[in-house]
Amino acid sequence: MEEKKVVEIKSVGMTYHTLDGETEAIKDISLDIYHGEIVVLVGPSGSGKSTLLSIIAGLINPSKGEVLVNEKKIGGHNKEIGYMFQRDHLFEWRTILQNVLLGLEIQEKISEETKEYANKLLETYGLGEFKNSYPRQLSGGMRQRAALIRTLVIKPDLLLLDEPFSALDYQTRLAIADEVGIILKKEKKTALMVTHDIAEAISMADRVVVLSNRPATVKDIIPIALSCPNGVKTPLKCREAPEFRYYFNKIWKELDVHV
Amino acid sequence: MSNNKVSKEHNEYLRKVKKRKYTISITQITILIVGLLLWEIAARFNWIDTFLTSYPSGIWKLFLQYTKNGDLFYHVGVSVFETIIGFLAGTILGILIAIGLWWSDFWAKVLDPYLVVLNALPKVALAPIIIFWVGNGQKAIIIVALLISVVVTTISVLNGFNEVDEDKIKLLKTFGASKFQILIHLIVPASIPTLISALKINVGLSWVGVIMGEFLVAKEGLGFLIIYGGQISQLDTVMVSIIILSILAYLMYEAVEFAEKKLTKIIIVVKNQICPLSPASRAREEAGIISMMLPPTTSSLLCMIYPLSEPLP
Repeated sequence: MEEKKVVEIKSVGMTYHTLDGETEAIKDISLDIYHGEIVVLVGPSGSGKSTLLSIIAGLINPSKGEVLVNEKKIGGHNKEIGYMFQRDHLFEWRTILQNVLLGLEIQEKISEETKEYANKLLETYGLGEFKNSYPRQLSGGMRQRAALIRTLVIKPDLLLLDEPFSALDYQTRLAIADEVGIILKKEKKTALMVTHDIAEAISMADRVVVLSNRPATVKDIIPIALSCPNGVKTPLKCREAPEFRYYFNKIWKELDVHV
Repeated sequence: MSNNKVSKEHNEYLRKVKKRKYTISITQITILIVGLLLWEIAARFNWIDTFLTSYPSGIWKLFLQYTKNGDLFYHVGVSVFETIIGFLAGTILGILIAIGLWWSDFWAKVLDPYLVVLNALPKVALAPIIIFWVGNGQKAIIIVALLISVVVTTISVLNGFNEVDEDKIKLLKTFGASKFQILIHLIVPASIPTLISALKINVGLSWVGVIMGEFLVAKEGLGFLIIYGGQISQLDTVMVSIIILSILAYLMYEAVEFAEKKLTKIIIVVKNQICPLSPASRAREEAGIISMMLPPTTSSLLCMIYPLSEPLP
């Protein structure tokens, strides 16, 4: 792993104001993300995980602190970032190819070269024959894959994944998480992912960041080193690693869940 | 999916569905014919007072007489013209106002109570003022028709705009989309069903406006015929006008539906010719055929309207 910092989060705090009062969503978070690594955020519900992603994406301004992406302070929208949502949000009136090209179109970067790249990604990840289909003709897993390609096509330096699999059924979820993990590693992308699923976090992450209850602070950062069977490092295979249970219990305790 | 061997059960099912559809049509027509017959018979046998109710053959005779001297066509033409203009103006203006209010949340909030009041107010009540302002003529009628549809259009289209998924807007923002890009790439295409239902409602509303306007202005048109027939106690004239009115309103509604479908087809054909991303133009590109080119602004504006690239579900 190269030791190049893609993201530097410097003591970021965020307070929401409503008429009923103010809510401190994030207290003081500092975190660096290095090139090519997958960092997964886990934390209790409402602990400001999505808020943190929105701040990094430049969609909202933090109340305190600052975020640097590629050593530049983010201001307003940031073109180096790709964002993936819980639901695929494919536009029903566009074909898969047109959906995938949406970001490029908005950024006015449609060219032979970028279209070529989009087609290549679709081919590589099994959507080649569906590129002229409409989203409703695709299964949930395929739609989410198309959504990932839509994000990858703009060649972001950093991918933000906001619970990207939670709208899928369990089996599809396992399969797609596995695929996305492989795709991210293959395309050498840096990613910050939010999830509720501890097993998913361990299987995909290079590091797991555990957030505290609101107002969120970093409770612990756990580097994940799994000895995956036969050296096959895919998220699904890595679930069989002997260390898996150790990490699971550690994170579970850190989360300190009381129902 | 499609199975060549259709089972006996399925055939039976199809037959039942067909039969039911057939029975419904037959019953509908029968009700109409029996109703007309009873009306005519009751009139012939003096069970009812034809001065108050008129009767079918009398209405038919008057219809023939009116068509012969061309009066009817004149009045119908006037009303149809006013309705179409009022309908188009009301719809377009309503959509433009809705876009404006979507654009500026501040003004949407500011104007909200005014819209609510205007919506609740029967617009026809304004007709005398309008006649006073623009004169007792066609202009006043068209303005009444416009007023009656513009507020409803604004409110329903704005609601449609605001119902677009926040996360989809967020998605476009992560790509760095401007407000205008969000409008044409997402808000308008996602609201096409709302727009079409607004069109359909407006056809009916515009007729209400035109007929009310003609009642008041009372110079020409079907509304004038109805008022005039009532004043000279000639129920036949009123009946003829009402029947023609219902047929016209129905035809205009159908015309909107037809235009909706046709427009979609025409746009698909044109788009497939010029849009760089359409399946057809890609296929041609791959086959080495060069697409017809339009100036980039024209084609890109057209190509942005994606929802019309296929019939709506």
